[in-house]
Amino acid sequence: MGRKLLLENDHIEGIHSYELYRKNGGYRSVEKALKTMTPDAVVEEVKKSGLRGRGGAGFPTGMKWSFLAKPEGVPRYLVCNADESEPGTFKDRYLMERIPHLLIEGMITSSYALGANTGYIYVRGEYFYIIKILEKAISEAYANGWLGKNILGTGYNLDMHVQCGAGAYICGEETALLESLEGKRGNPRIKPPFPAVKGLWECPTVVNNVETIAAVVPIVNDGGEAYAAIGIGKSTGTKLISASGHIKKPGVYEIELGISVEEFIYSDEYCGGILNDKKLKAVVAGGSSVPILPADLILKTANGEKRLMTYESLADGGFAAGTMLGSGGFIVMDESTSIVKNLHTFARFYHHESCGQCSPCREGTGWMEKILHKILDGHGTLADVDLLWDIQRKIEGNTICPLGDAAAWPVASAIRHFRSEFEAYVNNRQSIPDVKYYFHCNNLDAAAAYSSL
Amino acid sequence: MSDSKNISFTPESEALIKNLTKRYPEGKHKSALLPALHIAQAEHDGWLSVPVMDKVAELLNLQPIEVYEVASFYSMYNLKPVGKCLIEVCRTSSCWLRGAEDVVKHIEKRLGIKDGETTADGKYTLKTVECLGSCGTAPMLQIGQTFHENLTLDKVDKILEEWKDATNHSTYLNTDTFRKI
Ligand SMILES: Cc1cc2nc3c(=O)[nH]c(=O)nc-3n(C[C@H](O)[C@H](O)[C@H](O)COP(=O)(O)O)c2cc1C
Ligand code: SF4
Ligand code: FES
Repeated sequence: MGRKLLLENDHIEGIHSYELYRKNGGYRSVEKALKTMTPDAVVEEVKKSGLRGRGGAGFPTGMKWSFLAKPEGVPRYLVCNADESEPGTFKDRYLMERIPHLLIEGMITSSYALGANTGYIYVRGEYFYIIKILEKAISEAYANGWLGKNILGTGYNLDMHVQCGAGAYICGEETALLESLEGKRGNPRIKPPFPAVKGLWECPTVVNNVETIAAVVPIVNDGGEAYAAIGIGKSTGTKLISASGHIKKPGVYEIELGISVEEFIYSDEYCGGILNDKKLKAVVAGGSSVPILPADLILKTANGEKRLMTYESLADGGFAAGTMLGSGGFIVMDESTSIVKNLHTFARFYHHESCGQCSPCREGTGWMEKILHKILDGHGTLADVDLLWDIQRKIEGNTICPLGDAAAWPVASAIRHFRSEFEAYVNNRQSIPDVKYYFHCNNLDAAAAYSSL
Repeated sequence: MSDSKNISFTPESEALIKNLTKRYPEGKHKSALLPALHIAQAEHDGWLSVPVMDKVAELLNLQPIEVYEVASFYSMYNLKPVGKCLIEVCRTSSCWLRGAEDVVKHIEKRLGIKDGETTADGKYTLKTVECLGSCGTAPMLQIGQTFHENLTLDKVDKILEEWKDATNHSTYLNTDTFRKI
């Protein structure tokens, strides 16, 4: 059995309650940090741990923290990104529902390290029942002296609030999240300035994912070195993986970084193999945005080495033959899956979620969805496949925020590894069953544009 | 600007919206707009009419346009009336792989409406939505704050049945969702 750091006490019935959480060692990291460590010493432990952001980009957390500007007399903020909307990802929800106090504890210890006196947890609006759970946990933390004024008699003050979103994937992008938290539309900001210098209300701000902040708890409790001892190379510690699709045991698994992809998919400890013992066809390993890989390339790298669940191994081969760990949203597809249809659900998603600020993203995502719809409906041509390729290439790298890239990569990788499937739709129009029904377009403009294709 | 004089919020809701502004520093009360719109929607039949949005602007001391531009950006705010039971079915990859299309087709057939439509009796609205973070328990749908997971067509029928005689609209939040400061 792999070691668990975040879900260690997940099996304890009622661990969501303050009493049981505390009884099982909860809030020790706050006592240790506030009473025996300086804020900089906490940052140092996080650096030593090698922890990398669990929201998707994998940026070293300690380094991000050390970039935080500290001008005299200006408040600093810690904002937790609980917007979790990347298709295939549901680990933050699991953690907040099961062990809400772990996030609150991580927020307190991290806020202390950053010298922040107010923290916000931005939760996607669809998770309102989670918001209720977090609000209760925060009330309990106040009532027991972990939040408020003069915490543990150390003179440190901290307030914490939950903020709700209202349905917008783009608000997971950190600057869009800050706009939304300021009560505005979720349009990403142009960087620089980075949030570390000008974030919430133009004040220095750190934005971290739920899982990143929770990981600070074991790092402070056991030391950065102990955390770094787990994993391989620059992929240290444990990672929550959200496993879904055609597997026997979908769910959230905490893995030690470094186990093999094969073990993750087939062992009973994790996914338990492919549903109905079918053959594996493809995997999207890190949430909808990362390149899809066919079975042979997800199990082994292009050099024939075992593919591991680490940032480096999953990226081995670059975009030609590799992918990314991303948010850890692991979507498995069996041999019966239509890659083109699956891609259509992604293309529709990005079109729906584009904030509309940059033309390559706003227009390109719409065109990609429409062309895929056309191909699936049996009206596609071979030139359409080339057109798709051309559009994704023109979006990538030409937009304000990475949503544009995120929309382009799934299209590029599906064509790169499964081109023959697109061609089959074009060449065998009559033989495709069920081409008439698709989720239809809610958007009349898009429908009109489509019918003119 | 429309006539917001006829729009009233319960004293509890008004007090709650005012209370929410305490979460932010002096002068940053605009941050309370997203939660305030959720409260307004929950109290006004599950959608935001122009007079309701104007009332929110008044309560938060904002320009109406600041409210409209936010309300029109986020997908959870309904700018048109909806049925008592707003059914939101996830249609993205993981749910699609596990049969979301069948769930949508089934509901469309049972209720005689298409995606985006409301039944003539005003009871049900069907809306397909993007990933709701419940991919491991796919297929799934959301009604108000409840996630219905690991759906089968039988389960869907039972859920529809439960809402048959509903008198109130489904809502994302209750009066006790937010902590008062
Ligand atoms: C379109 C888009 C959506 C994102 N969604 C999320 C999200 O839902 N949750 C998250 O933690 N990070 C998300 N991110 C990444 C954030 O911008 C940011 O990098 C992250 O919150 C930083 O935290 P970390 O360093 O702890 O990972 C998203 C990024 C983009 C471009
Ligand atoms: S890339 Fe897309 S989502 Fe990002 S800012 Fe531009 S239009 Fe908005
Ligand atoms: S894909 Fe349906 S909940 Fe994520």
